[in-house]
Amino acid sequence: MNVQVSLSRWLALTASLMGVLVIANPTLSAEIASADRRSDYEFMRRDTQAMQDDDAANPGMLWVLEGETLWNARAGEANKSCADCHGDARVSMKGIASVYPSFDDKREKLVDLEARINICRTDHQNAKPLPFESKELLALMAYVARQSNGMPIKSNTDVRLKPHINAGQRMFYGRQGQLNLSCAQCHEDNWGKQLAGNKVPQGHPTGYPIYRLEWQNLGSLQRRLRTCLSGMRAQPYEYGSVELIELELYLMWRARGMTMDTPAVRP
Amino acid sequence: MSSALINVPARAKRGEIIAIKTLISHLMETGFRYDSTGVLVPRNIITDFVCTYNGEEIFRAGFFPAIAANPFMIFYTVATESGTIVFQWAGDNGYSESASAKIVVE
Amino acid sequence: MSKHDNETTRREVLIGASCVASGLVLPALVTIRRSEATPATMAAAIRKVVGDAKVKTGKVKLEMPPLVENGNTVQFTVSVDSPMTASDHVKAIYVFNEKNPQPNIISIHLGPRAGRAIVTSRCRLADSEKVIAIAEMSDGSFWSDHVDVLVTIAACVEDGIP
Repeated sequence: MNVQVSLSRWLALTASLMGVLVIANPTLSAEIASADRRSDYEFMRRDTQAMQDDDAANPGMLWVLEGETLWNARAGEANKSCADCHGDARVSMKGIASVYPSFDDKREKLVDLEARINICRTDHQNAKPLPFESKELLALMAYVARQSNGMPIKSNTDVRLKPHINAGQRMFYGRQGQLNLSCAQCHEDNWGKQLAGNKVPQGHPTGYPIYRLEWQNLGSLQRRLRTCLSGMRAQPYEYGSVELIELELYLMWRARGMTMDTPAVRP
Repeated sequence: MSSALINVPARAKRGEIIAIKTLISHLMETGFRYDSTGVLVPRNIITDFVCTYNGEEIFRAGFFPAIAANPFMIFYTVATESGTIVFQWAGDNGYSESASAKIVVE
Repeated sequence: MSKHDNETTRREVLIGASCVASGLVLPALVTIRRSEATPATMAAAIRKVVGDAKVKTGKVKLEMPPLVENGNTVQFTVSVDSPMTASDHVKAIYVFNEKNPQPNIISIHLGPRAGRAIVTSRCRLADSEKVIAIAEMSDGSFWSDHVDVLVTIAACVEDGIP
């Protein structure tokens, strides 16, 4: 027992040292200075911003409303609703989305918000997990994330997250795909510049899940990352893969302190 | 899917012109897209939108495939009396949806 | 590797990326059929509504962004200068386009109860094109306004896989 504890502590120590090395690596592009960090909202045109500003005009709010209905609906063999355990989401879910992805103690792995919702469904409602990008899962995500609207993204100090943050960072800065392009080349080195008809944003996840005009639908950060990857002509990771969740985690860490503006409208 | 998001002022003065906003969830499949096997995805849109105020029609619109998904409208009406404003949408494949909002006019 | 080399590499890669993004030569899962509408189709659709009446310019204002973020959702507002009384009001507003597969966008029917002849909605635009709004007045006259809209595609075009 003692040996196991020491081993995990040693691993954690090594991982955090590696983390320090990775972050200090001089060949990496510099992280955007805190004062220069801006929400992707600020890179949109005025009329798209106006769509997001007005709750009566923001299509994302349709999913928030649906999510509220689902929150209170009984589901699964346990015949329980989210509300039966969590009560009023406005209280119990306040700030929750701002600390995801996080480390799930029971499963000892990294989970994002949609994975967490499905864990609740299978473990506590005895219901089937909701499929990725399904209306129901997106609605619940939108409703839960909405309860963190206007709140800052938390800086998660859980030491178990460090190796995952570093893995996400390596993916962000690493060149990949047929174009041999890295996320950082656009979103760190060239944000604010024009690419086709749009300005390149910094790529912060403050608005998720988003109503994307290109999709004519609400979608998750996982979906957006997959489309970024295929747009870069790289192989998109599978839904629910640890790579996508690590990238989500890194992006949330990179955006720590920024205000959540969900559900956002994006081009 | 929670179908409609309606925004009508709860109260208004008699004769005041009020703005009404409606947002309805619908894919508005144009009928001009093909799926991965090359088969045309059939049209599936909302075609008609009618708004009545205490039973009297105050606004009507005909939508075409060019109307964006999750159709959004802002239009105006005169607050004549207290009552109910009813919204009805109809479309392809027997689609039918309705919503309503109460207004107090003093 | 010198700083200059880095810059050249980045520039080349970005040019390449934007070429791919704007080239639209992608094996899309859900393809859009080539536009069939033409100015002639739009003229025919307008004639169906207007008949032989002359459409005058004025009284109508069509507001649309001159350069759209994404052609899938373009917000537009039609405002018509009218007292909206029983004897002098806007009966109908029609909006047309000239390059979508179909020339009609929306047809609106209203009356004095509207108070204001101002309507906002959102449309899809398949290409950079002319959009025309026509108002039919209670006296049978027709008035119009138009906007030439530039539609560019969103960056990093995806291939339809969600």
